[in-house]
Amino acid sequence: MSLLRVSGASKAFGGLRAVHRVSFDLAEGEMLGLIGPNGAGKTTLFHLVSGFLRPDEGTVIYAGESLVGLRPHDVCQRGMVRTFQIARPFLRLTVLENVVVGALERVAHRREAVAIAEEVLALTGLAGRAGSMGHSLTLPDRKRLELARALATGPRVLLLDEVMAGLNPTETGRLIDLIRAIHGRGITILLIEHVMKAVMALSQRILVLNYGEVIAQGSPEEVVRDPKVIEAYLGEDSAGAEAGAD
Amino acid sequence: MLRLGLGTAAAVALLVLPFWVPSAWQNLLITTFYYAYLGQAWNILGGYAGQLSLGHAAFFAIGAYTSAVLATQYAISPWLGMFAGAALAAILSLGIGYLGFRFGLRGFYFILLTLAVAEICRLIALHLPLLGGYTGLFINYTPNPWQFQFQGKIPYYFIALGFLVVGSGIVWLIQRSKLGAYLVAIREDEDASEALGVDTFRYKMIAYALSAGLTALGGTFYAYYQYYLQPNTVLHINHSVDIMIRPIVGGAGTILGPVLGSFLLELLGEFSRTYFAGGTAGLTVVIYGVLLIIVVLFLPRGVYPTLAHLMRRRRPGRAA
Amino acid sequence: MALYVQAIVNGFLVGGVYSLMALGLSLIFGVMRVINFAHGDMMVWGMYLSYWLFVTAGVDPYLSILVTGSAIFLLGAAVQKGLVNRILDAPHEMQILLMLGVALVLENVALMVWGPDPRRVSTTYALSTFWLGPIVFDLPKVTTFGLALALALGLYLFLKKTDLGRMIRAASDNQIGALLVGTDILKVFTLAFGIGAACVGAAGSLMTPFLPFSPSTGLFFTITSFNIVIIGGMGSFLGAFVGGLLVGVSESLGAVILVPSLKEIVSFVLLVLILLFRPQGLLGGSR
Repeated sequence: MSLLRVSGASKAFGGLRAVHRVSFDLAEGEMLGLIGPNGAGKTTLFHLVSGFLRPDEGTVIYAGESLVGLRPHDVCQRGMVRTFQIARPFLRLTVLENVVVGALERVAHRREAVAIAEEVLALTGLAGRAGSMGHSLTLPDRKRLELARALATGPRVLLLDEVMAGLNPTETGRLIDLIRAIHGRGITILLIEHVMKAVMALSQRILVLNYGEVIAQGSPEEVVRDPKVIEAYLGEDSAGAEAGAD
Repeated sequence: MLRLGLGTAAAVALLVLPFWVPSAWQNLLITTFYYAYLGQAWNILGGYAGQLSLGHAAFFAIGAYTSAVLATQYAISPWLGMFAGAALAAILSLGIGYLGFRFGLRGFYFILLTLAVAEICRLIALHLPLLGGYTGLFINYTPNPWQFQFQGKIPYYFIALGFLVVGSGIVWLIQRSKLGAYLVAIREDEDASEALGVDTFRYKMIAYALSAGLTALGGTFYAYYQYYLQPNTVLHINHSVDIMIRPIVGGAGTILGPVLGSFLLELLGEFSRTYFAGGTAGLTVVIYGVLLIIVVLFLPRGVYPTLAHLMRRRRPGRAA
Repeated sequence: MALYVQAIVNGFLVGGVYSLMALGLSLIFGVMRVINFAHGDMMVWGMYLSYWLFVTAGVDPYLSILVTGSAIFLLGAAVQKGLVNRILDAPHEMQILLMLGVALVLENVALMVWGPDPRRVSTTYALSTFWLGPIVFDLPKVTTFGLALALALGLYLFLKKTDLGRMIRAASDNQIGALLVGTDILKVFTLAFGIGAACVGAAGSLMTPFLPFSPSTGLFFTITSFNIVIIGGMGSFLGAFVGGLLVGVSESLGAVILVPSLKEIVSFVLLVLILLFRPQGLLGGSR
């Protein structure tokens, strides 16, 4: 019984089909990679699953319950948290306060929330920046903060949207380790990624989207050799796909 | 230790001051306190939740008119009537909030909505005989404390001060609570907050109702201090600006902001009254307009946060 | 029945000026994404200027369009250059507060200079009318409509056909692209605000022959402009134009059907309804 089951989900904007009849399962404890060329509909799919957009058709069943029509905060309260492609820290709050907001999702009082936040900051390597303001953070730290905030809510499922984008190889390596550690704690992860190194290193399975449709699913090795996948990326820019450019 | 000493000295000074100063000064202080209080109330929605309201005069007026009408028509003491006013104001705010937030009105659109509602209230009040219409509503002066009426200014001084202390206390409590953390998150980024489990609709509504109710209480004070209510004064957009400019200038989203802003603006007002005695009909508001422009261009966070920031930078040893 | 048709005709004619007014606001928003809270107040200043020229030098309001248009152009350009250009990157709330500040200053300086009593310009032909069948046509209103139409057409041609106009449109469509081809974006913005303001200054002159006004009329015009532009779609030329005519007609009909003193309330109620049921705006939320 899968934790998240999406069946035939579609979303169109005017004449543009952003997501078309997408179906997939996400099992508890799994790490599923979601890849595809730019504009393939990956982030839109995240919006559909997390309550930011309502699917035109199809179902989204999470832990046996339909998520369609729920607001994003309802989805988060049920244990599924998403991050944003472009990190959105609370600029005028400190790093600690940022994470406290996430932690308040599961506790009622600030003091307990601060304790959780400090723990999460330690895990994500941001403890030293706890007092820094959101707007003063570098890009890698913003990405970590995005992750830390989501973690603080105590999620069962993490939807990570291009967490690696814009990081250099060292930072990427560190973040890969962090995500592995998080996964090791039993959290199910669905990650959108362009950085192939990260996708291959982390994913147990991969889902490939192109023009809003699923064109391939399977283990990393299978997917990478799938001719449809190669064509999807070649049709765009094969060099870009291999190097993992954004 | 120094802080505690200064604080106590200030508190004592405030308590003793009214007995030593002439009536005009007493009035100045009273006005400063109760606009600071109104600023605190506005701040809950505007500074902490980040939803700018240009229509708070409506809640102020509901508080003022409700307690006045209940007292004159039904002999209900304003001490009770003011809570009825607060309740009505909160209900109106929930109505506006429901329409605004459910229909996805943010930023500019929300500001326009608040302005439109306040103007509609003003126009209705001008045509309602119950509220005195164009001539306004006069309140009979019977210095009866049970009727929220006192002789001399000193009782009003302490009541206004009391309002300010309690109002600031409420904001302080909010700031330290989950509500406060969520409101500030909503202000910074609504969508990101939603993704983190914050029911942004619910919390905005709570902030709005609190803000409206507290503002209405202030309206009752005004009614029983001025003894006269006229829609073009009380419900005018200029009055909404009056209410919101103090926290904006002083520092939206801080507790000291409205207080500092109120003192600054009263001083400015006194200055302009002294040196431009004639033709001041529009001058005060011109000054407000100029202040808004200056604040936006040079002090976007308000006077208090900017000063605090500057002082912190002069002592590099202190943590930010 | 004839009463309603008459109201529609009058509303349509006045609607022409509303269109011009809204076009100015739409241009300013379309290019800079700035909401000109001071729009109505700029228009009222146009009206005061027109009034002053008429009263001191006997200049007919229709002739003073050139002066008021230019003067308010300068005002708008100054506002953009001196104030708005400095905060282009600031959060939207800041821009709104800035323009609110400008509005307060404009309205209350007018109050200080001219006083609160309504002014009116009484031209010799103010009462001239002509008949077309059963419908009375007010000469001032017809002239106003004609000139408003001409100015709107002029604006359209300017934006469509001239280099300057194309630059402005390019800047509004794609700021980064415009920057890349070397456009001095700040100058374009200053120009655009100036033109938008000029529209409204001219509109003011066009209104003076038949509308009494006071400093507080500014807010009414601002709200009306917002109504029109939100209905028509922020930044849409055609939307603003058609919206202006629509609002002119509904206002006129409203005055006939309802008690005249409620006319202002209608304007605000309309705004609330438009806000709630508006077509998807370009502002206020990314989705």
